[in-house]
Amino acid sequence: MARKVTTRRKTINTVFAWMIGLLIFFPILWTILTSFKTEAQAISDPPVFFFFDWTLENYAVVQERSDYMRFLWNSVILAGGSTVLGLIIAVPAAWSMAFVPSKRTKDILMWMLSTKMLPAVGVLYPIYLLFIKLGLLDTRIGLTIVLMLINLPIIVWMLYTYFKEIPGEILEAARMDGASLKEEILYILTPMAVPGIASTLLLNFILAWNEAFWTLNLTAAKAAPLTAFIASYSSPEGLFYAKLSAASTMAIAPILILGWFSQKQLVRGLTFGAVK
Amino acid sequence: MAFHYRALLGACAVAALCAPANAETITIATVNNGDMIRMQGLTDDFTAKTGHDVEWVTLEENVLRQRVTQDIATKGGQFDIMTIGMYETPIWGKQDWLVALDNLPDSYDTNDILPAMRGGLSVDGTLYAAPFYGESSMIMYRTDLMEKAGLEMPDAPTWEFVADAARKMTDKDNEIYGICLRGKAGWGENMAFLTAMSNSFGARWFDMDWKPQFDSPEWKQTIDFYLDLMNEAGPPGASTNGFNENLSLFQQGKCGMWIDATVAASFVTNPDESTVADKVGFALAPDNGLGKRSNWLWAWALAIPAGTQKQEAAMQFIEWATSEEYLDLVAEKEGWANVPPGTRTSLYENPEYAKVPFAKMTLDSINSADPTDPSVQEVPYVGVQFVAIPEFAGIATQTGQEFAAALAGQQTADEALSKAQTLTAEEMEAAGY
Amino acid sequence: MATQHSRSAARIMMAPAVILLLGWMLVPLTMTLYFSFKKYLPLRGGDLGWIGFDNYVRFVSSSAFWPSVQTTLVIVLGVLLITVVLGVLLALLLDQPMWGQGVVRILVIAPFFVMPTVSALVWKNMFMDPVNGLLAHLWKFFGAQPIEWLSNAPLISIILIVAWQWLPFATLILLTAIQSLDSEQLEAAEMDGAPPLSRFGYIILPHLARAITIVVLIQTIFLLAVFAEIFVTTQGSFGTRTLTYLIFQRVLESQNVGLGSAGGVYAIILANIVAIFLMRIVGKNLDA
Repeated sequence: MARKVTTRRKTINTVFAWMIGLLIFFPILWTILTSFKTEAQAISDPPVFFFFDWTLENYAVVQERSDYMRFLWNSVILAGGSTVLGLIIAVPAAWSMAFVPSKRTKDILMWMLSTKMLPAVGVLYPIYLLFIKLGLLDTRIGLTIVLMLINLPIIVWMLYTYFKEIPGEILEAARMDGASLKEEILYILTPMAVPGIASTLLLNFILAWNEAFWTLNLTAAKAAPLTAFIASYSSPEGLFYAKLSAASTMAIAPILILGWFSQKQLVRGLTFGAVK
Repeated sequence: MAFHYRALLGACAVAALCAPANAETITIATVNNGDMIRMQGLTDDFTAKTGHDVEWVTLEENVLRQRVTQDIATKGGQFDIMTIGMYETPIWGKQDWLVALDNLPDSYDTNDILPAMRGGLSVDGTLYAAPFYGESSMIMYRTDLMEKAGLEMPDAPTWEFVADAARKMTDKDNEIYGICLRGKAGWGENMAFLTAMSNSFGARWFDMDWKPQFDSPEWKQTIDFYLDLMNEAGPPGASTNGFNENLSLFQQGKCGMWIDATVAASFVTNPDESTVADKVGFALAPDNGLGKRSNWLWAWALAIPAGTQKQEAAMQFIEWATSEEYLDLVAEKEGWANVPPGTRTSLYENPEYAKVPFAKMTLDSINSADPTDPSVQEVPYVGVQFVAIPEFAGIATQTGQEFAAALAGQQTADEALSKAQTLTAEEMEAAGY
Repeated sequence: MATQHSRSAARIMMAPAVILLLGWMLVPLTMTLYFSFKKYLPLRGGDLGWIGFDNYVRFVSSSAFWPSVQTTLVIVLGVLLITVVLGVLLALLLDQPMWGQGVVRILVIAPFFVMPTVSALVWKNMFMDPVNGLLAHLWKFFGAQPIEWLSNAPLISIILIVAWQWLPFATLILLTAIQSLDSEQLEAAEMDGAPPLSRFGYIILPHLARAITIVVLIQTIFLLAVFAEIFVTTQGSFGTRTLTYLIFQRVLESQNVGLGSAGGVYAIILANIVAIFLMRIVGKNLDA
């Protein structure tokens, strides 16, 4: 906005926004702080904020109890794999919907979205039986496919809204110049669509990373990601706030850092066609 | 087959370094309780002895139950060993879903397992799961607060005494609550406690025709007593407190008495975790003079699902983890107080273990619970704090929610009881009774 | 513009996505329908034969059914209301010039990156616990009796947790929409002496209508399936049993697959009623 703003107004904005920002962020901050306390400090009354004996003990205990790297690696593979696979399938579909629309395009899009409404708990039993038959239980590939499928509608829709914003005339012009379909996609569409694809990728990575029903129910030891890791730290015996906080911090840190680094990308891209 | 690996084990014992040709990796699903985590930490000892590797799937209790039940019911074959309880074992064993543990070697000494545990984990005399630790429930109380209240805890108190003591010990201004009891909904949470408690009030789940009995005066008496006591002398938010929450409260010194699992004794007396470690006394769970006490019987046990490809290795693991040697191993590394309790007679005959303050009370509690004759009245089912039918978990979790809501003050005892009666009848009808 | 050639190419490009999703929908749906007409009790020997519509009748006539539908709607609507209203306000604020805008934005969107299980665990134990929770300390600090959040205000607590997770999403989408607003139009209005409130009501809000419907649509899809937050906090007690949770209890806790499957079919119907309703609105907005 090009309007001139008084310093006074800017100061008020800043103070107000920071207060709200910190308030919203506070639960995460508190979790991170608690993870560096001893169990006794974690429940001390009154609570301590910064002035306590910082310790890494909880992280050591958690690491000793469960092999964090293995869970982390599974999370990366599952979230990454399902996102990439999803994009490979969704980009062509979204492209054709955006540039070669037919009367049914909108219906197809809405139908796709409606498949997301299948309640997971209701179909757990059939899917479990199916996975046994196909030998996919506790495999990364099986879970990657499921995660891809549950997010595919969102990917298609998100990409569709980006592609629609790319002016058709550019493509027309390219076609006049004799560009083939392949060239059209590769040299014209792709560069224009990259920001949209990037934010789609990010959103899906986050959604897949945080998915906790299928990842917990279809895995055992080999393919279990961080959602299963955290399931072994909820309500253990005795004092556990500090250990729970450490495990929580370990589970969310990677995605939090990724999110922060790419937030510009995410902010720019997350529109779902909300902007005309 | 049995002979074959027994020989192998023998050979291993002689030659410390031995890697059997058939070294395998077994997957074990277990609960995130302290004793199991300790077992996980000692896995190296098992691997060194047998050459087999172990992959652990450690989950919180509710998630674990859901996972293993789902897997065994669909024959998913994800686990070679499952940690299950006294409730699941007879039901699954009867379905032939578990491998019978009937040819364990003599050196394992199956007869050393406490009769109550062996009985609860067997179907028609065949053992289907080996107890890893066993428990009953008892009163844990603060000796200092009891003294301050001018009372003396008998070894076998009545409910009347407990209620009176709880009220006298309560000092809400200083966050001291006379009694901490389970309130969190769940068949293994508040309903385990309430069912065991109702036994001492003469109540029962079903009559001999499988008719639910929540409309009986005995249940009304139980629930009224429980609610009154908790409202006057219980901690705030009791309706979301389960075992872990109460343990944490007790360790912080906020409970005067706590009636819960005997295994908690080692946690509340552990000075590393508990602020009141040196001020804890133990007593049998209370009764009402009707001949039944309100203590339960439970075991976390290791079982092998039928159909696993790695039965031999799994059997070896069970032998290792539930053996006398394992108890010695834990004692050597962590001290006798941290040995998984309640499984073997020999442990309670061990003079070293007798020095542990809660050893005798635990054994007495275990021995006073009888799953085949749980209540004052005659019942058609087996189980002290549960009813060993497949529908029970679902039913009791829902009734537990009604009683938790009553504890939270959202409905009266009568409303909770009548809802419990209705939904139990609905579920039993759906199951075809 | 579309030639015959590009039409068939388009169809081929769409095929993988359509076929996969069709499979993902039809296979479980068919199996669910199949189970729903059976007496299927895994712990009692599995398939005990066809029983017609018994499961359907039993599921709706159970005393838990209507309360669960109501709870589902309350949670969905509650979260939507909070996230949309606060989302608009927050987006307006973040659009204002200030120092450290980037950092504030990072702080605000952070909850979106936290997995539902973790956020439920953290809220339940470290904030809402009536003895050791931070909120209890806060209440005590002001001399008030701490609230027993999860037992005495269970729905509000769950709505709060879920809303905290979804507020960033709403804010982000609404923020992008606000940023696309023609600032000259606003300035003109300001010059004409239009008070802030009417500027908001006549220019900003209409501009945001489309973004709001999209937020509502996408969040509804996810909110109808809320599970982890309930499983971790109340396990469905104190009237927090949603339809999803009720099905979970039927299938996994009671191990009555037939009954649960019938419930699943009802949930699909409910979801589709909501979906059709929403898509009518959104569809209109997408055309505009």
